[in-house]
Amino acid sequence: MNVMTASSSIAAPIARPFIAFEQASVTFGRGEKAVQALQPTDLTISEGDFVALVGPSGCGKSTILKMVSELLKPSSGYVFIGGREIGANPIRIGMAYQNPTLLPWLNIRDNVMLPLKIVPPFRGEFSAKRKGEFRDRVEALLAQVGLSGFGDKYPWQLSGGMMQRANLCRALIHDPELLLLDEPFGALDQFTREELWAIMQDLWLSKKLTVLLVTHDLREAAYLANRICVMSMRPGRILDDSPVDMPRPRTIDMTFQPDFVALNQRLRAMIVGARGGTGIVNHPPGQG
Amino acid sequence: MQRILDIAREKAASTALIIGVFVFWELFCLAANISDILLPRPTQIIAALIKYWPAIWPHTYQTLYTTLVGFAFGVAIGVAIGVLIGSSRLAYDTAYPLLVGFSSIPKVAVVPIFVLWYGAGTVPAILTAMIICIFPIVVNVATGIATVEPELEDVMKTLKASKLDILWNVSLPRAMPYFFASLKVAIALAFVGSVVAETVASNRGIGNMMMIASSSFNVPLVFAGLFVLAGLGVLLYAIFSLIEHRITGWAHRKTDLAAG
Ligand SMILES: Nc1ncnc2c1ncn2[C@@H]1O[C@H](COP(=O)(O)OP(=O)(O)OP(=O)(O)O)[C@@H](O)[C@H]1O
Ligand SMILES: [Mg+2]
Repeated sequence: MNVMTASSSIAAPIARPFIAFEQASVTFGRGEKAVQALQPTDLTISEGDFVALVGPSGCGKSTILKMVSELLKPSSGYVFIGGREIGANPIRIGMAYQNPTLLPWLNIRDNVMLPLKIVPPFRGEFSAKRKGEFRDRVEALLAQVGLSGFGDKYPWQLSGGMMQRANLCRALIHDPELLLLDEPFGALDQFTREELWAIMQDLWLSKKLTVLLVTHDLREAAYLANRICVMSMRPGRILDDSPVDMPRPRTIDMTFQPDFVALNQRLRAMIVGARGGTGIVNHPPGQG
Repeated sequence: MQRILDIAREKAASTALIIGVFVFWELFCLAANISDILLPRPTQIIAALIKYWPAIWPHTYQTLYTTLVGFAFGVAIGVAIGVLIGSSRLAYDTAYPLLVGFSSIPKVAVVPIFVLWYGAGTVPAILTAMIICIFPIVVNVATGIATVEPELEDVMKTLKASKLDILWNVSLPRAMPYFFASLKVAIALAFVGSVVAETVASNRGIGNMMMIASSSFNVPLVFAGLFVLAGLGVLLYAIFSLIEHRITGWAHRKTDLAAG
């Protein structure tokens, strides 16, 4: 398996890495209707890493995210978060899906503020600071994703790309130690997507959080991640775990350079193989 | 400016149509020479309304009072049951069949029971108004709460939100449009409930007044009672529509809401 990069904080003697799957598998349903979504899987992610998860549809990527966010328990094996078994000491997690799920009755500022209302320690100070410090905090984050001045707008007044930016802010406002992204840019046009990649990279570089990204876009995975894990068809397992050795900050131009393209092609061939294809793909017109 | 004109035009059309219906009614009765014992003309009804107003007013007040009190209790109980059913699978499975069975009982049939318990008068009318409007509220509130998007719930659970957090921040606001839709149905039903109870077992209220008027063949007064009920119904419906629009404007995606 992959070699763990040395953790930056040597002071805290954490026996296990930040996130560790040890032979964790997931089976939905019972008896004859049982569907194994995930084969026993080993996966480690060290603190501050940026890992992308790619693979055919239905291979269990979202299932892995659900286990990390403790929405789902492994059917067998173990999942350790923050060095402890899940449920032991919850860490702060932010999450963004493809569907922005902003609350239509709140304006963007209040939507982004929602985690502060729920997650300790912000929770206790919420009523005192919502008009002051927290508001500034939201405005600063909105500005970082290019949404300054949109705090008073309601979600339906925003475009899809703007909603996704706000969604990203909501996932980050409570200073999560771990950010989970499930195809967050999937529904956006190419240019908005590339713009958000750059924003995402800046956020990650400035905040030094751990990110686990699920995506179908190999360029996106290679642009953003330090490591790319390729999964097999259902029941999923991790076929390959490749580092992306590109200097940061990366630029869109770099994604067209030969070694970058080569990496993409190798990943693509692997996924095509996993899907049971021939490796020869006919591009539908207009698709990248 | 253009919008105001549009609204005026729209309203003018519907108002003209409503007036047209009454004019047609008036002319039809005159042309067909229909006796006012069968179907009084609108002008006769309004005349009766004015003539008997001092007598009608206390009844109106009584009916409005029983309806609103019954409605208020109905809303409180309906929301409580709706929240419970909407947020718990067990409560849903237990209470839903009971509720459906209960709502299938014609409410007139329970009035005698209330009379037996509390005697004729105000209380049976309040209780009938109450039970008749519980069901639509329960169903709507429960639906609003139970249909929260799973992804949204996942986002909340990932933040380690408690059930109460989710209920308060997501489920209840989300159920508001459903709730208000049910309020408009429920207020009309509450009138039905209290009037039915007054007709059967009370010596006060519009229902009772209409009973007495019809037994003395004062048909214009019976219709005046109907007009009063219809007027109250429309008035309360309008009030709830207004509140609904203010509170759940987001559900209608009104672009002018953000300006306010
Ligand atoms: N609640 C559930 N009950 C039964 N089966 C499920 C459930 N959730 C997921 N599955 C199954 O588990 C498998 C993995 O699902 P998952 O959502 O993790 O896929 P995915 O890799 O995220 O796919 P996609 O890329 O299309 O989002 C799927 O084949 C799906 O049918
Ligand atoms: Mg998925």
